[in-house]
Formats: sequence, structure tokens, C-alpha cells
Amino acid sequence: MFTDFDFDVIERALPYLWQGMMFSLGLTLLAMVGGIVLGTLLALMRLSSYKVLRVPAGTYVNLLRSTPLILVIFWFYFLVPIAVKHITGDSYAQGIGPFHSALIAFTLFEAAYYCEIIRAGIQSVPAGQVQAAQALGLNYWQATLQVVLPQAFRNMVPILLTQGIILFQDTSLVYVVGLTDFMGAASKVAQRDGRLVEMYLFAALIYFILCYLASFFVKRLQSRITPPR
Amino acid sequence: MAMIEFKNVSKWYGSFQVLKDCTTKVEKGEVIVVCGPSGSGKSTLIKCVNGLEPFQQGELIVNGQSVGAKTTNLPQLRAKIGMVFQNFELFPHMSVTANLNLAQVKVLGRSPEESTEKSRALLQRVGLIDHARKFPGQLSGGQQQRVAIARALAMDPIAMLFDEPTSALDPEMINEVLDVMVELAQEGMTMMCVTHEMGFARKVAHRVIFMDQGEIVEDATKTDFFGTPRSERAQQFLSKILHH
Ligand SMILES: Nc1ncnc2c1ncn2[C@@H]1O[C@H](COP(=O)(O)OP(=O)(O)O)[C@@H](O)[C@H]1O
Ligand SMILES: [Mg+2]
Repeated sequence: MFTDFDFDVIERALPYLWQGMMFSLGLTLLAMVGGIVLGTLLALMRLSSYKVLRVPAGTYVNLLRSTPLILVIFWFYFLVPIAVKHITGDSYAQGIGPFHSALIAFTLFEAAYYCEIIRAGIQSVPAGQVQAAQALGLNYWQATLQVVLPQAFRNMVPILLTQGIILFQDTSLVYVVGLTDFMGAASKVAQRDGRLVEMYLFAALIYFILCYLASFFVKRLQSRITPPR
Repeated sequence: MAMIEFKNVSKWYGSFQVLKDCTTKVEKGEVIVVCGPSGSGKSTLIKCVNGLEPFQQGELIVNGQSVGAKTTNLPQLRAKIGMVFQNFELFPHMSVTANLNLAQVKVLGRSPEESTEKSRALLQRVGLIDHARKFPGQLSGGQQQRVAIARALAMDPIAMLFDEPTSALDPEMINEVLDVMVELAQEGMTMMCVTHEMGFARKVAHRVIFMDQGEIVEDATKTDFFGTPRSERAQQFLSKILHH
């Protein structure tokens, strides 16, 4: 079978694959930004001295981390319209569409994972740094934003990236709500044209190149944000 | 009115009592040295002053305000009390100047220009103006501690707290830090210093407090303390640190 490789199939499918890739990248970036922002808030809540913040955040994180992503996506897509209908009483209420519901599902799901990464990052900042910030008169938010988070994120860059790559690969799960990401596009073409080997080899190569570029970029970023010593 | 007044302050970690009924005073312009064996509660005592350590019993008045009271605005109070830590605790992701500017801008509301001017004057004073653009990690321990003192002074504090400022330093760097502290003391700064540098105590301290197992065992004038400490525990401690 290896004698009749047909790589033209890739060329013909390029526009379609490109569209899928843009979808994957877009969803990854948006969910990463949303997940990191929400995850940071959740991490701060989990580390709070107030139980009313700590407990709900802990429950949320443990709940989502014990749920498969595919279920969250599914759940969001089908349950949100029902909830909206219930609240507004409008029996014709529409959902927010597959893309937005997937984006929200990914963001909420990733936030739980980012929360745990960021929590560890915050805890890696020595307690003396917080005391020094407080001793200067900085309030909680000033100390957190100026002193703690910059150092926490600096320590976390590699693992945040790893989580981003996992997220990028997980975007293929959007097929359950009828969306097509890069992997989805590749397998559709593969099935349609009966060119499984070529398409999956190509997809693997693309994933490899992207991950390689991403880690290269992160190394450079990391050396740039490490203060000189 | 005393600048800092401890009235029967007690603190527990669970069932372990770190501070036992501590009572003492620091008047304006006074230099107090706090010494005692490791684990005796010196850091805890000094960190109560600016509310970094909460306590459960007693009262602590700083500049007329009760530190433990719910109504006290702690950030506001802390901004007036400088603190220097054993491990310097400069912010490693900021340049030396940015370390000095941060709280001036964020807490005192000074403009960046005004802050930088103040910072540069203080760096000049501690002999580090040439290092203004460097990062903490590029400086020696002694230099970092002098930057930390300058950072605290940038807030125009009414009192300064020092928690073993020289004990993380290589011996050859201790004096450059002590010199800055001596100068501050001689200018009339109110200071509470946890230190085992008895030379410093002899030179500028007004009183020496000796702590052991969470208790203030001895609270004496410098002359009395170095002349004839009343308690046996203080005598033992002194002979240990002076004869090695
Ligand atoms: N967070 C804490 N939890 C429990 N015990 C503590 C804590 N911090 C300090 N201690 C204990 O309190 C005692 C006094 O500590 P500290 O004030 O740091 O002493 P010093 O500065 O004199 O060496 C020590 O026995 C120490 O182990
Ligand atoms: Mg100590």
C-alpha cells in the first residue's frame, strides 16, 4: 500500500484543513486566556483565608476535574438552552450556538486545571515576599498583582504551555456538537477520500511542528522574563 | 506617648504558646535590641508590631493605634513602619529602583518622577547609586540588604523594625549593613532590632531585651544588660555569643 501514496489529497484539502486549524487555534487561545483568568481567580479563592471563598472554589475545581471534558461540552450545549428556557419562560429560546457553548465549556473546564497549576505557582513564591510587600503597606490586591503573580507566572510558564498543548489537542472533541477542528477536518477528508494513512501522517506532522514551535517560543520567552542574576 | 507599646501580648500556635505575656515599650527615638536563643519568639514579637503576625491576647499600641483592633487600617499603619528581613526579600523581578519606587507610587501616591528622585537619593546614601538599574540577583547579600533598608526608608517611616538583618550575610558583609544601621540610629530613628551583633548593641542601643521561650526575660538599659544581667539565662546566652 505504501507504493501508492497520494499526497495530492492533502494539497486539495488544504483550504478545508486550514479552516479547521484556525478553529483549533482560535478556540485554544480564547479558552486559554479565559481559563487562566478564571483559574487565577479560583486559585486566589482556594488560597483565601475566608471559608466562603475557599469552599465553593474547591468544590468547583474538584467537580470539573472529575468530569470528562466531552461531558462538559455536551452538557453545556444541551443544558444551557433548557436552563435559558426555564429562566426566561420563552419556549422558543435558542442556545448560544455550538461555538460559544464549546468555548464556555472549554474555558470553565480548563479553569479548573489552570487553577491547580496557578495555586501551586502562587505557593512557590516564598512567604517572605508577601510579608515584605505587606510590610511596605501594599494591600492584598497590590501585593498579589505586583509581587506574587508575576513571580508565580514566571515559575509556571512551562507547565501552562503543556496544559495549552493538551487543550489544543482536546479541541477535536468539539465534534460532539457538530463543529470541525483541525483533527476533525483531517479525519473527514481521510474518510471521504479513503486516504487514512496520508492524512493521519500529515496531521501528526503538523501537531509535532506546532508543539515544537510552541516549546521553542516558550524557552525564548522564559529566558526573556527571567531577571538577570 | 510611646511609639510602640506591648501590653501583656500573648500568642499561640495551636496549643503552643510563642509569646507569653510580653510587655515593653519603645519610645520615640529609642533604639532597642532584641536578642535570645533561636526559636525564642523574637521574629514573632517584632512581626506583631506591624501586624504581620496576629496575636490573641493583650494589646499593642503603635503610634497611638491599636494593632489588633478590627478598625485599624493595617496597610496604612504598615506604610509608616519600615521593616527589614533576614533574607532581604527584595522583589527579584524588579530592578533596584523599581523595588524602591513600588510602594512610594502605589501606597503613598507619589509620582514616578518624585519616587525615582527619592529612591536615587537613598541609594546614594547607602552607597549603591551605581547599582540602581541592576536586579537584586546581581547584587551581593550586603548590597541587597542595604537596598532593602533604602526601600524601607523610601516610605519616610516613623520607626524601623529589623529582624536579624545580618545573620544571612557572609562575615565580610556584616559591617557595611551595620554601618547604615548605626548611622540611622545616630540620626534619631526609632528602631527595634532583633540581632546578635552585640557590638552594634553596645554602640547605639538604649535598651536590650532578652527573650527566652516566648518570654521577655530581661528588659534592661544597655549598661545594666552588659554589666550584670539579672537572669541566669541571659548570662548563659551572653557568654555563649560573646565567647566564640
Ligand atoms: N507558623 C508557625 N506555626 C507553628 N509554630 C511556629 C510558626 N512560626 C514559628 N513557630 C514557632 O514559634 C517559635 C518562635 O519562632 P520565632 O519567632 O521565629 O523565633 P526566633 O525568631 O526567636 O528564632 C519557634 O519555636 C517556632 O518553631
Ligand atoms: Mg527569627
